Amino acid sequence: MLTLIVRRLMLAVVVLWVVSILVFAATEVLPGDVAIAIMGQQATPDALEAIRERLGLDRPAPVRYVEWLGGLVTGDLGISLANSLPGFEVKVSDLIGERIDDTIRLAALAALVSVPLSVMLGLIAAMTAGSRLDRGIQGATLCFLSVPEYFVAAILVIFLAVQLRWFPVLSSFRTGLTFWQMLPALVLPVITLTISVMAHMTRMTRAAVLNVLASPYIEMAILKGVGRSRIILLHALPNALAPIFNVIALNLAYMISGVVIVETVFNFPGMANLMVQAVAVRDIPLVQACAMIFCTAYVGLNLTADLLSIVVNPRLRHPR
Amino acid sequence: MTSEVQAPEMAAGAAPGSRGFQTAAWIGASILGLWVLVAIFAPLIAPYGQGELLSDESFAVPGNVGLLGGDYLGRDILSRVIFGARMTLGLAAIITVIGFGVGIALGFLAAVAGGVIDTVLSRSIDAIMAFPSIMLALIIIASLGTSMTVLILTIAAIEATRVFRVSRALAMDIAVMDFVEVARARGEGLWWIMLREIFPNATGPLAAEVGIRFTYAILFISALSFLGLGVQPPNADWGSMVRENLQGLLFGSTAPIIPAAAIATVTFSVNLIVDWYLHKSNRDISDEILQ
Repeated sequence: MLTLIVRRLMLAVVVLWVVSILVFAATEVLPGDVAIAIMGQQATPDALEAIRERLGLDRPAPVRYVEWLGGLVTGDLGISLANSLPGFEVKVSDLIGERIDDTIRLAALAALVSVPLSVMLGLIAAMTAGSRLDRGIQGATLCFLSVPEYFVAAILVIFLAVQLRWFPVLSSFRTGLTFWQMLPALVLPVITLTISVMAHMTRMTRAAVLNVLASPYIEMAILKGVGRSRIILLHALPNALAPIFNVIALNLAYMISGVVIVETVFNFPGMANLMVQAVAVRDIPLVQACAMIFCTAYVGLNLTADLLSIVVNPRLRHPR
Repeated sequence: MTSEVQAPEMAAGAAPGSRGFQTAAWIGASILGLWVLVAIFAPLIAPYGQGELLSDESFAVPGNVGLLGGDYLGRDILSRVIFGARMTLGLAAIITVIGFGVGIALGFLAAVAGGVIDTVLSRSIDAIMAFPSIMLALIIIASLGTSMTVLILTIAAIEATRVFRVSRALAMDIAVMDFVEVARARGEGLWWIMLREIFPNATGPLAAEVGIRFTYAILFISALSFLGLGVQPPNADWGSMVRENLQGLLFGSTAPIIPAAAIATVTFSVNLIVDWYLHKSNRDISDEILQ
């Protein structure tokens, strides 16, 4: 099992390395000129040359890649182009540092709410497959997986924030609040995120359990006269755990795009919001750093899912 | 699968509740058809012009301006949603066509040619799929700027990676069948095998994929436009309409909800059709979407 885990860890490192190459290549080698992006089309050739020199853009790309990667590993993410003025440099790491906590809080809270809820709903749907309850859950989740996050968010805001006045409409609080201070502003974003990932997670959990239910040993249990809930919880669930872990990780990874939208809807001062603004003004170092952090989270989640599947499924522990 | 546990005697016939799925699919098809007609005949249907200013008031209530109220500039929401249908559905259709063309061609090529070509293509696609797709789009837009071409090509490329996987897997299964062997033995070229032997046998499973990719394209364009990185003013799709009217939420205006609802009705109706189609072969839509 250990070799398997080590191999999987090394694969994750390789994937991250490839991702870093692609992030760097996409932002540096694509035809868009960073200097023009910063200075605008009207910049004089001299000014462009000066900024290229300041950013070290006159040196070959592989050299800059190695430097960038080195900086990334040691936590030096470079200088934000859009936020810096001449003589006053704003570090990317500072910008991200003050935002990342709030984004993690948002995502973690949404995960804490959505994972147990949707696994439970998925199990209930699988246990009562074909019944009216199951069809209700299926219909509702199909509906929620079709609608965009901002639609859910807008409806929630109209009812819960504007008409009932339970929560603030926007979450544009200052950064650095404690968890309890920011909780009211977190509620609507968390509900929105929860709804958007729950639909997928519920359906996939149901499908995973039903898939196991179709195997011969379950049929045997049915023929022996074992009760339905007992079959699901004791016979089917242990074997469905690995796919369910995968489902959870896949959906938490999917939440990354949800976070980007939700932070924008509620004007939530998190990292995704920072990244979208950076993309709009083409602040390349900031975009690169944010992208790497989100991609690392994504790769990490997929890694966790695979490791958990190895741990819970004895068949996977022995590589053929 | 459901039938085996629920009621073994039903397993032989159609899956349970297929009639419900079929009715839902018809409802979906009608809504989708209606939107397509609206998009095609937009100038004939819309009561006002796309950019026509009707009032100085922001977020006018329905009745004061148009049937569904006014937007932040005092334009008619209904007319703008009708014109927005062209942009959103049109872009999604173009993106789906390009994504499928490229994805299927490369996927089949990888499966039929095999060897180095397959390895190179598959590994590159794997590398691209190591990104959350929204991150990929954001990075590309950051370096190339926002334009219609960038928007279309970026999303089409992301779609193509998904289509590649599906069509390669399909073609792999078909490529080992006897009739393909016969064609190879006859000395047919790569293109013949891909177009005349494999493609006709892959259309069934690919059909569901078209629906899924189409909704994905709609949601993706709208999401980017919503972030202000997609369709740029003066053009407007539904996503950018949600964005520009978002402030209206503070006053309880429905202006941002109407274009969002338009997106939801289209994606939901396509998903109803796909759900019915997948239900016939006992697959679940959520699995297909996240692949």
